[in-house]
Amino acid sequence: MNIVVCVKQVPDTATERKLRSDDNTLDRDAADGVINELCEYAVEEALRLKEAHGGEVTVLTMGPAKAADTIRKALAMGADKAVHLVDDALHGSDVLGTSYALAQTLKKIGFDLVVLGSESTDARTGVLAAMLAERLSVPQLTFANKVEIDGTSISIQRVTDYGYDRVEASLPAVVSVVEKINEPRYPSFKGIMAAKKKPVEKLGVADAEIDASQVGLANSWSEVVDFAAAPPRAAGTVVKDEGDGGVKTAEFLASKKFV
Amino acid sequence: MSEILVLVEHVEGQVKKVTLELLTLARKLGTPSAVWAGEGYSPDAQAKLAEYGAEKIYVADAAEIGDYVVAPKAELLAQLVSEKSPAAVFVAATAEAKEIAGRLAIKIDSGVLTDAVGMEDGLLADQSIFGGGVNVHSRVTKGTPIVAVRPNATPIEAAAGAGAEERVTVDVSDAAKGARVVERVKQEKGARPELTEASIVVSGGRGVGSAENFAVIEALADSLGAAVGASRAVTDAGWYPHQFQVGQTGKTVSPQLYIAAGISGAIQHRAGMQTAKTIIAINKDSEAPIFELADFGVVGDLHQVVPQLTEEITKRK
Repeated sequence: MNIVVCVKQVPDTATERKLRSDDNTLDRDAADGVINELCEYAVEEALRLKEAHGGEVTVLTMGPAKAADTIRKALAMGADKAVHLVDDALHGSDVLGTSYALAQTLKKIGFDLVVLGSESTDARTGVLAAMLAERLSVPQLTFANKVEIDGTSISIQRVTDYGYDRVEASLPAVVSVVEKINEPRYPSFKGIMAAKKKPVEKLGVADAEIDASQVGLANSWSEVVDFAAAPPRAAGTVVKDEGDGGVKTAEFLASKKFV
Repeated sequence: MSEILVLVEHVEGQVKKVTLELLTLARKLGTPSAVWAGEGYSPDAQAKLAEYGAEKIYVADAAEIGDYVVAPKAELLAQLVSEKSPAAVFVAATAEAKEIAGRLAIKIDSGVLTDAVGMEDGLLADQSIFGGGVNVHSRVTKGTPIVAVRPNATPIEAAAGAGAEERVTVDVSDAAKGARVVERVKQEKGARPELTEASIVVSGGRGVGSAENFAVIEALADSLGAAVGASRAVTDAGWYPHQFQVGQTGKTVSPQLYIAAGISGAIQHRAGMQTAKTIIAINKDSEAPIFELADFGVVGDLHQVVPQLTEEITKRK
């Protein structure tokens, strides 16, 4: 089975994240780049499916040169090879442009199964997997907390507000996973060393047969008009509990008409 | 005024509150038309949608629409956009409705904005990003704007609309039938409101101490008619189910009132609750970052403060 796992490098949540003042896009240089946390669950799930069913795992990322670190992390966990979609023309693509560029690349490299994390910690749109399924005309199996494959049949548990839906489809398909589907492995020393020798293919826009007029900031379907640091919340009242903390809280709630 | 399509969120035939919020919001920017997709439509539902300003209600209640994941609803909306040429499409910023919005965006070659916390004239969306640290204005620049709006972004206001029902027939394409829902499993939820929709959320963190102690959090939530949330420390420890996790890798909530008990307020948690209107923090550690956000805070042991608060609220009812 040919499994492609899409990963994204995101600014570390623990550092200060910024937008660029020149073009209102994410400032990828301001913060340390780390693998998006939910992508680690996606890599782990891809590796487990390969271990159970055979095949190989290819890492796919779209991002600037420094995203190579994130590829290495996924390779060190055990993925076999990687494709890095890297081209200045892709800078500032919104989710429509990104889904288009990734879909074109996936068509080019081929897949039986595409695995993603359900959301990134930077843009947090949570729509990319659904959009890839739409663009690739394959079944959408998203927000999975369990994935089972039997031959060419695939079924998942799709997390819902009330519990979960059991969803069935045939491969090829797009799957997105939620936290708690598994426990991502830490790369071993051996894995880290091996990752350095694994093949990473760099593709530009032309290589992946991406129409340059459909990607990049200038061609996006949406724009950030302006942005500003959120005003700090007005300092609130903090009291020390002297045995009446609950009563005082209730008084505050009453003053705000919550009770 | 121009027509704005509002995709109705409904469960067991009941219109969810977020839809009334979206109708209220759409009324300020145009003329709302509700779109009902899936089973469960009734005269009661029609009355509710009309009460909050739906001029038209497009109804596609074939069972088939709910039998497959997301894609049929995107097809329905794409069909309506093509027939009615609305000014915009609003959906709730729930996991599923955002996916519908995403697939619709591709079908109609239009931009999509997710997690708006407000809408201004010119269909300018307010978004709060980076865990609430930055406020952004954004807009769609191509096609028919599709916007996913967070629950609790708008206080609901009734204002009668005609509520004229128009039946819509959808032929779900084979392409949209790829992922079939074979079973819906409902896990126990009790009578509490849904986390992302609730006006009040009471969350417990590491300070709660154990799964058993979560009863204290639940009791406070029930006294306020609130939903229960949990920090990641709690769900990682297995004290409370993962679907109740509020934060960066869990749910994002934007309630009128958020009570954080025993939660330190790490950025990962703040990312999920910082747009709450009023925040109350109860924590032993006076240095906990959650107090920086709190409108009212109590430095103390939640095991003392929370039960007293519950008792006091119950007394005042």
